[in-house]
Amino acid sequence: MSNPDLLTASDIRKSFVGFKALDGVDFSVRAGEIHALLGENGAGKSTLIKVLTGVLKPDSGVIELKGSQIAVRDTLHAQQLGIGTVYQEVNLLPNLTVAENLYIGRQPKRFGLVDTRTMQKQARALLADYDIDIDVGAELSSFSVAVQQLVAIARAVDMSGSVLILDEPTASLDRHEVELLFGVLRKLRDRGLGIVFITHFLDQVYAISDRITVLRNGRLVGTRETASLPRVELVSMMLGRTLAAATGHGRRDTLPQSSRQIAFSNFGLNRSLAPFDMTIHAGEVVGIAGLLGSGRTETARLMFGIDLADAGTVTIDGKPVRIASPRDAVRLGFGLCPEDRKADGIIGDLSVRENIALALQARRGWYRRMSTRDQTELAHRFVKALDIRTTDVEKPVKLLSGGNQQKVILARWLATSPRFLILDEPTRGIDVGAHAEIIELINKLCDEGLALLVISSELEEIVAYSTRVRILRDGVHVGELVGAEISTGSIMQAIAADQGGVK
Amino acid sequence: MSRLVPGLRKAAPQFVCLAMILFFNWLAFPGFFDLRIQDGRLFGSLVDVLNRGAPVAILAVGMTAVIASKGVDLSVGAVMAMAGAVAATMTVSGHPLLVVLLSALAVGVACGLLNGLLVAVLELQPIVATLILMVAGRGIAQLITKGVIVTFNDPGLIFVGTGSFLGLPMPVILAAALAIFAVAVVRRTALGLLIESTGVNRSASTYAGINSRLLMVMIYAFSGFCAALAGVIAAADIRGADANNAGLWLELDAILAVVIGGTSLLGGRFSILMSVLGAIIIQAMNTGILTSGFPPEYNLVVKACVIIMILLAQSVSLGAAGWLPRRVPAAKSKEA
Repeated sequence: MSNPDLLTASDIRKSFVGFKALDGVDFSVRAGEIHALLGENGAGKSTLIKVLTGVLKPDSGVIELKGSQIAVRDTLHAQQLGIGTVYQEVNLLPNLTVAENLYIGRQPKRFGLVDTRTMQKQARALLADYDIDIDVGAELSSFSVAVQQLVAIARAVDMSGSVLILDEPTASLDRHEVELLFGVLRKLRDRGLGIVFITHFLDQVYAISDRITVLRNGRLVGTRETASLPRVELVSMMLGRTLAAATGHGRRDTLPQSSRQIAFSNFGLNRSLAPFDMTIHAGEVVGIAGLLGSGRTETARLMFGIDLADAGTVTIDGKPVRIASPRDAVRLGFGLCPEDRKADGIIGDLSVRENIALALQARRGWYRRMSTRDQTELAHRFVKALDIRTTDVEKPVKLLSGGNQQKVILARWLATSPRFLILDEPTRGIDVGAHAEIIELINKLCDEGLALLVISSELEEIVAYSTRVRILRDGVHVGELVGAEISTGSIMQAIAADQGGVK
Repeated sequence: MSRLVPGLRKAAPQFVCLAMILFFNWLAFPGFFDLRIQDGRLFGSLVDVLNRGAPVAILAVGMTAVIASKGVDLSVGAVMAMAGAVAATMTVSGHPLLVVLLSALAVGVACGLLNGLLVAVLELQPIVATLILMVAGRGIAQLITKGVIVTFNDPGLIFVGTGSFLGLPMPVILAAALAIFAVAVVRRTALGLLIESTGVNRSASTYAGINSRLLMVMIYAFSGFCAALAGVIAAADIRGADANNAGLWLELDAILAVVIGGTSLLGGRFSILMSVLGAIIIQAMNTGILTSGFPPEYNLVVKACVIIMILLAQSVSLGAAGWLPRRVPAAKSKEA
């Protein structure tokens, strides 16, 4: 552990128009270590990687490689200096052979022509180092993502050879493939490479990394030895909450025992989400907490019929129902405010009136048109009830601010008198005022007897409105907190727990 | 009434443009506005414009729905040829008129369903999906006619292309009836809203509970129906089915008519009547160039210039009304 620093970046600053992506970040990788770089979305991980690999130029700051200062011009220059990168999406050419991918741009030549035989021999020898025995003359696309990932790593190491940066390499791998990859990484570490490893999976961080650096909102939170950093502390570093300050409990201590309930059982989706059971009663808010990529949005998509569950059943008030499409879900009285408001929520060019009336109209069927007067009346009612700020209900919804767009989508569902609303990050990208209003609205809807499922990265928010909190980790529903157990501290502990730490 | 005024204001560039074209036509051919009634039927260049423009107007009605859903249907010209070929060969082999017409229209609907399946279910890009039938359709039409121009003398079928009703030529009557029917259906039901919504944001529309897949299949089927109707008219007009030339390049005129009418190729807001107006503008231009004695070689060049002018006029007026994307950031900052 006393190895010298291989690559050091100090006081790196980078801002985009009116927004500091990196604010005085220090980072270093030692030779022979695997260094995990962690942070939630927008923490600055990718900006830092881009600065290190020459994609972006830092506004200020010093980057040193093996003790001498470098100015990385571009990615090619970074490779020549010895910094290789492998991205989440394999950036190789799937229609070329493995050997061609390994040596593209630097093929061995004979008489000015590519010497395929030598190239394949070298490729085989190179991959033998990684215990990969495959036909290097076959097209890359004929192999699994894991093998492609390893080929990309082999190429990066062969070309660069001192620092290897892996941006979420395990996102699309299964457990066995991850083990294979980790075996290779350990071998490379023992050869003296410095490896930077970005991931969202805490188990993997603890399985492989020697040190951990956490970024949050463009700032360095800290760099720690993995062995001496408890999981709970790591989660609190990532989420920016300290355990001492974590107080507060669920807004309800007793569970409403309503007979009106929606029960999902054994719902799951192949690789991304392990089967789970969930029962939601009328008049309760179930919060979903977990780190990015833990299966929160996947859960919502399954429940709303956007993705089809591999197995499992749904019952409403005890009667079995079938949800094979969002249309089925809407008919059953479900509503979903999606995470990506712009792509999946608003119909930008259409007016506020049409956006609000849309789901109700879709449920009535095309031949039973709501008259323009009814639509206008409906729109006015919700503009007033939810305090949607717009000069005119005929205004295209894309001209409204984010918070008001979110309210329009909420209004769209409330107009259908739903029984169950799923809100995926309802307060993301919304100004403070609208933020408070939406939380207030969630509480009010719950009091009125609606069943709600709310996904949020804001722990205080979840604590403020949830009657129960479901904890997700790495695509598994690992536990549930009820009533008085709910606090930001207990949620963080549950997210960080090793295996089945909470009931 | 209050809703009609802004609609008319939006349509101003097209009306001004049509007026100018008619004016030039009158300059080039002073008898242009003359109308006379003969054998209980209206004659004159104006009627001629409507009559010749009817097939493209009919195509444009279907194309408007397709384009509003963010798609495009390149196969309509080929579907015209197929429908014409079916109508001609069936008439020649002695089938009754009703069976002939229904069969020809059914062929169009079937072609449209195929396009719709490729686009909505297999998720092919519309331009590629409909290119398949654009190319294959003409081949199929030639197979149906066995490579010759099939001529016929059935008075019933000929009436569809050359007869008259209430003093107006049948194609004009059919086009007007189709347009009015289509407008009534999309605006008196919620179809218009659902189509616009799907065209602007299919994903969000599906989340809102719209069966966007079925909707798009039906839109393409309707476009196929329109194309078949236009094909029957074109065949009846010349009393024969010419698989090689029937409807040739008319898909482009139909798309142009829709664009001139102000429906964006990016999908969303649409107006069927404005597309029909676009088709009339195109035909007024064609007729004008032909009757003015201009050398026919100049036709396409003049047409191109006029179209550029129409589109420019349109974008300026849309920009002034705050409809162009570049105005959006300004409006947004005001909101915040």
